[in-house]
Amino acid sequence: MNFDIGIPLPALLSQLLLGLVNGAFYAMLSLGLAVIFGLLNVINFAHGALFMLGAVLAWAGMEYAGLNYWIMLLVSPLVVGMIGVVIEKSMLRWIYKLDHIYGLLLTLGITLVIEGVMRSAYGVSGLPYSPPDALQGATDLGFMMLPNYRAWVVGASVVVCLATWFTIEKTKLGAYLRAGTENPKIVEAFGVNVPLMVTLTYGFGVALAAFAGVLAAPVIQVSPLMGQNLIIVVFAVVVIGGMGSIMGSIVTGLALGVIEGLTKVFYPQASATVVFFIMVIVLMLRPAGLFGKEK
Amino acid sequence: MLQDSNRRGQVAVYGALLLAALLAPMLGAYPVFVLKVLCFALFACAFNLLIGYTGLLSFGHAAFFGGAGYVAGHAMKEWGLTPELGLLLGTAFAALTGLVMGALAIRRQGIYFSMITLALAQMLYFFCLQAPFTGGEDGIQGIPRGKLLGLLPLDSDLALYYVVLGIVVAAFALIVRTIHSPFGQILKAIKENEPRAVSLGYDVDRFKLVAFVLSAALSGLAGSLKALVLGFETLTDVHWSMSGAVILMTLVGGLGTLAGPIAGAFVVIALENKLGDLGAFLANVTGLAWFNTLGESVTMVTGVIFVICVLTFRRGIVGELIGLADQWKARRKPAAPLGSHLVDRG
Repeated sequence: MNFDIGIPLPALLSQLLLGLVNGAFYAMLSLGLAVIFGLLNVINFAHGALFMLGAVLAWAGMEYAGLNYWIMLLVSPLVVGMIGVVIEKSMLRWIYKLDHIYGLLLTLGITLVIEGVMRSAYGVSGLPYSPPDALQGATDLGFMMLPNYRAWVVGASVVVCLATWFTIEKTKLGAYLRAGTENPKIVEAFGVNVPLMVTLTYGFGVALAAFAGVLAAPVIQVSPLMGQNLIIVVFAVVVIGGMGSIMGSIVTGLALGVIEGLTKVFYPQASATVVFFIMVIVLMLRPAGLFGKEK
Repeated sequence: MLQDSNRRGQVAVYGALLLAALLAPMLGAYPVFVLKVLCFALFACAFNLLIGYTGLLSFGHAAFFGGAGYVAGHAMKEWGLTPELGLLLGTAFAALTGLVMGALAIRRQGIYFSMITLALAQMLYFFCLQAPFTGGEDGIQGIPRGKLLGLLPLDSDLALYYVVLGIVVAAFALIVRTIHSPFGQILKAIKENEPRAVSLGYDVDRFKLVAFVLSAALSGLAGSLKALVLGFETLTDVHWSMSGAVILMTLVGGLGTLAGPIAGAFVVIALENKLGDLGAFLANVTGLAWFNTLGESVTMVTGVIFVICVLTFRRGIVGELIGLADQWKARRKPAAPLGSHLVDRG
């Protein structure tokens, strides 16, 4: 059962699955970034920190209150979403009229605060978190062993991403949202409470990041620094895909995860930088990004 | 006339600053601390050339600062080159990296530009993490100070201090000259209104790229100087948080002001070094033991300053001072000609 490439198929498939898992995180994070950027015109640097906060909350819920994975999968995004609402209402609100860069700088400051607090509370070493009992072990598919938890991560995030896509592209609420992205003043004139919509959008975007964080807790080591490097890769993903299209973000995220996984098999030295290399190539061939429309 | 008095004021301020810098070692300032401030001041001034005068927010300047530091450190330690050659090599490396990064990043505008520079700098970070000559997590240690031009030994802090001061002042003069040149005026035009600059027939991308390379080269010079001064080079300098630090220095001091980045570098470096003392002092005054841990939470304090600066203090220290001076002048001369507040300031 060999493709004549010197690598046994099960090993290849398992790396592929691992790539899909990472891709699922890229997809959820870049989706959140795109939704937030669409309505708020802010690049949310704090996305990585809030992803981390979601994971740390899942760990803390287990450690201090005995709340299991399934409960935290709901509670953690809710809490982080509420933190997001507070951040939007107390800080982001004041800078919409300014240059885009101030949004990036403000959220960078928020990132440093969140990571600094978590670091002084928990240090930089990993906090152990194991997958729930129901998802432990692996299923034998005949040609490979499928680890249940990884399959669940990919499945759950694809469902969440598609649900988000459906809500934004196919429902009335989504129509308001898209209209608000296009021209907030006119939408407001039609009687839609745009400031509330903006607040809730930010809350939803960061809740999505926290959801990804809880999913990641058993597979990536939970630590105050787990969001740092991830967010930079996600920025590259966003540059590659362009933030104009929801489906584009999802597809780009998953695809880049897979490519990264394959790189780990064939040329491991480049696995940390392959996404950046692809970004360079895309910038040279199609500067607006794969799904972007530049004026 | 107003411009004349501005000029005179500027000359007085910079004269005083230069005098203070010249006398600093005699006044008992710790030379290595002042040297570190000088290096970061140059770094922030070079960065400000882009953000303050061209309107480009680069989030990848750590690549130039740290990358040049590695090259200079390696050249001086392993190849035994004299300091000036090491500095030149570091600067050249940064200029070259800047050319490549700049050419890619200016293909997109606004916030994408920042994200691309950040991602490209992260590539260099991973390269430094894996490449053998950087020493991985340990970095390059024990970089010798050597002899300037093979003649003047730099082992004493004082000799090194005046050499570095000379280089930094010269580089600062170059930045000032650039900003006031016709080239600098075109950069300002691009910052204020890019489509307008295009319609006036300027090749905007080329001006942006030249500004980017100049800024990168000077950041590289700052990074090479830092490697020479401290005698080591580690991954901290290529990490993205260094790009964040230089943004903070420029923001605290005042974006688009000449002296702002210098003030900002001083404040941020002093804060990093003295935060523990400040915490102990606050703990004494307020009786809250929590303040004693302040020295370990530099990241958090930095973040809080960032947030405060963006929300309430966007003009920075020097920007606010200029604002106050303008107000005061306006009150003294109520009949100032229309638009006089727009004259070149610094």
